[in-house]
Amino acid sequence: MKTYSPKFRPNRRSLLGGATALAGLSFLPRGTMAAEEKKLNFYNWDTYIGETTLDDFNAATGIEVKMDLFADNDELFAKLREGNPGYDLIVPTNDYVERMLVAGMLMPLDHDKIPNMSNLGANFRDASYDPGLKHSIPYMWGTIGVGYNAKRTGDITKSWKHLYDSDQFAGKISLLGDGANVLGHAMKYLGNSLNSTDPADIKAAEELLIAQKENIKVFADDNGQDLLVSGEVVIAQEWNGDILQVMADDDDLSFYVPDEGGLIWQDCLCMPTGAPHPDNAHAFINFILDADAGAAIADYIQYATPNAAAQAKLGPEYNENPAIFPSDETVAKCEFQLYLGEEHVKNINDAWTRVQAA
Amino acid sequence: MESFRKNQRVFWTLASPGSFWLLFFFLVPLGIVWMLSFGEKAVIDGKISITETEITWTLANYVRALADPVYLVIIWKSVWISALATILCLVIAYPVAFVISFASRRWQPWLLLAVILPFWINLLIRTYALIAVFRTRGYVNFTLEWIYDALWLDRLFGPFEPLELLYNDFAVVAGLVYVFMPFMVLPLYASIERLDRSMLEASLDLGASQMATFLRVTVPLTMPGIVSGLILVFIPCLGSFLTADLLGGTNATMIGNVIERQFKAANDWPFGSALSFLLMYVTFGILALRALLTRDAETRA
Repeated sequence: MKTYSPKFRPNRRSLLGGATALAGLSFLPRGTMAAEEKKLNFYNWDTYIGETTLDDFNAATGIEVKMDLFADNDELFAKLREGNPGYDLIVPTNDYVERMLVAGMLMPLDHDKIPNMSNLGANFRDASYDPGLKHSIPYMWGTIGVGYNAKRTGDITKSWKHLYDSDQFAGKISLLGDGANVLGHAMKYLGNSLNSTDPADIKAAEELLIAQKENIKVFADDNGQDLLVSGEVVIAQEWNGDILQVMADDDDLSFYVPDEGGLIWQDCLCMPTGAPHPDNAHAFINFILDADAGAAIADYIQYATPNAAAQAKLGPEYNENPAIFPSDETVAKCEFQLYLGEEHVKNINDAWTRVQAA
Repeated sequence: MESFRKNQRVFWTLASPGSFWLLFFFLVPLGIVWMLSFGEKAVIDGKISITETEITWTLANYVRALADPVYLVIIWKSVWISALATILCLVIAYPVAFVISFASRRWQPWLLLAVILPFWINLLIRTYALIAVFRTRGYVNFTLEWIYDALWLDRLFGPFEPLELLYNDFAVVAGLVYVFMPFMVLPLYASIERLDRSMLEASLDLGASQMATFLRVTVPLTMPGIVSGLILVFIPCLGSFLTADLLGGTNATMIGNVIERQFKAANDWPFGSALSFLLMYVTFGILALRALLTRDAETRA
């Protein structure tokens, strides 16, 4: 767990703040305190914020951000399932926003406190998973696709086939480690929706994977990019941003979103129910939606930002990179993963267990 | 024990922190997991709830685990992999423990330290280090390639083909052996250290070969250490999931991975709890076997 706390710089504001907080604690009941203490507990993915974003926010507002890291949505969800341990702001992916909404785990946002929402691009002002963005603000978006070592694979067609249904790269293939994505894309390859709940579609995907298993080297838990770099595999299913980060160091590596389409995702800023510092959370969301702050983050982590004002500040190297921004044609074929109820979650995970045991 | 009965206050003062700890941090959570294993996801307004579990004392979770062969297959595979790793640990650790206990007094602490040293490093990091050792462009393959080239074999048979050491069952077993080795060495060391050396000399003097002495004197006398070591390695192996996760190939799933998944991705705590308890029953079975074995040994002695 990484804790982030900028150095304490005594200035008038923080001294005054400390004094009021102290006064509040000693003489007044909690509810009457005028302002929140200057703290924010942020629960985020690793390497998913600008280099100086937290410092900049601290300098602008005096709020100290403590950032904890999670490795995947399941970890985030499991941590908050039995109650919020004190986080003010979390970054779930769209299907988990949906799931947490159903479970009543998210607090509504007050749009009046987020004037910078006007910086969001036209496509991001509403969301199917959270109509009206009442509980979530898009933070970054991207795709799942195929990273490959072009020098060792040669020119290949943009298809899922090489991963799911071919022995051309036998023993040099890695797929992601979570069942929902691996089975979902198998369904996509077979021409179905990756959100299909039809047992026959899930079965077909399961059988496709079991047949292909002997050619797959490993179901990698989000380290397919490392396997590509170390030469362990030549072709890997991965999140676009992960491949992008290693493409910068290795010219042989390349990325595509298959023509069959794939998964498109949005990670969102949300306030979990019971957040102790909701005002600070709003302030931080607003800060991230600022053009300069947003540009600094996007430039550093190399994911696609929904913040149009921030995007405008970045050069062609970012804006014209097809691995960050796939063509509209490709995006049109991609699907969001939907939250389809606990029964579907069970069916997918059972199928995944059978694939692994086969 | 007699004196404790007379000094009850001292007894309770000394025993209460430990008992408190056991009760609240072991038995109570275990009881909760046990109850969860008889629960199911609550249905609220006709929808299966995401976070609420209802304890209905249903046996459905156990039925599901036992009726679907896939879970028994995985449990069996876990037992098999753990057993293999445990036996390998024993075979490797026995000579090591022997050398340490017969080493000079000056060296013994240092040798023991070398065995314990890896514990100072986090399991996750040690496992990642193994990846760097085993992978295609890892240290094992670098070394082999160097030897291969040094022997000019590349001119005879063509360039060196790296061995596939990672992402298969071999890697999982190797990882488990590496991680749990100290649990085997330490009890073995403790019992070999206590071994009465004159017994060995007597056996040799009376004409037994080195092999016979080892098999009929040393091994029986160190049996308690062997059994403790086997148990101490086998049980954590059986429940481990990190090693299989990081080093295993496409079918390296162990029961620990399935349980982990029930608590995370599948969000099915009742079923995960039932699987945990099934695993615990397997462990109980093995402990019972141990009790049986030691009782046999005692009656024979």
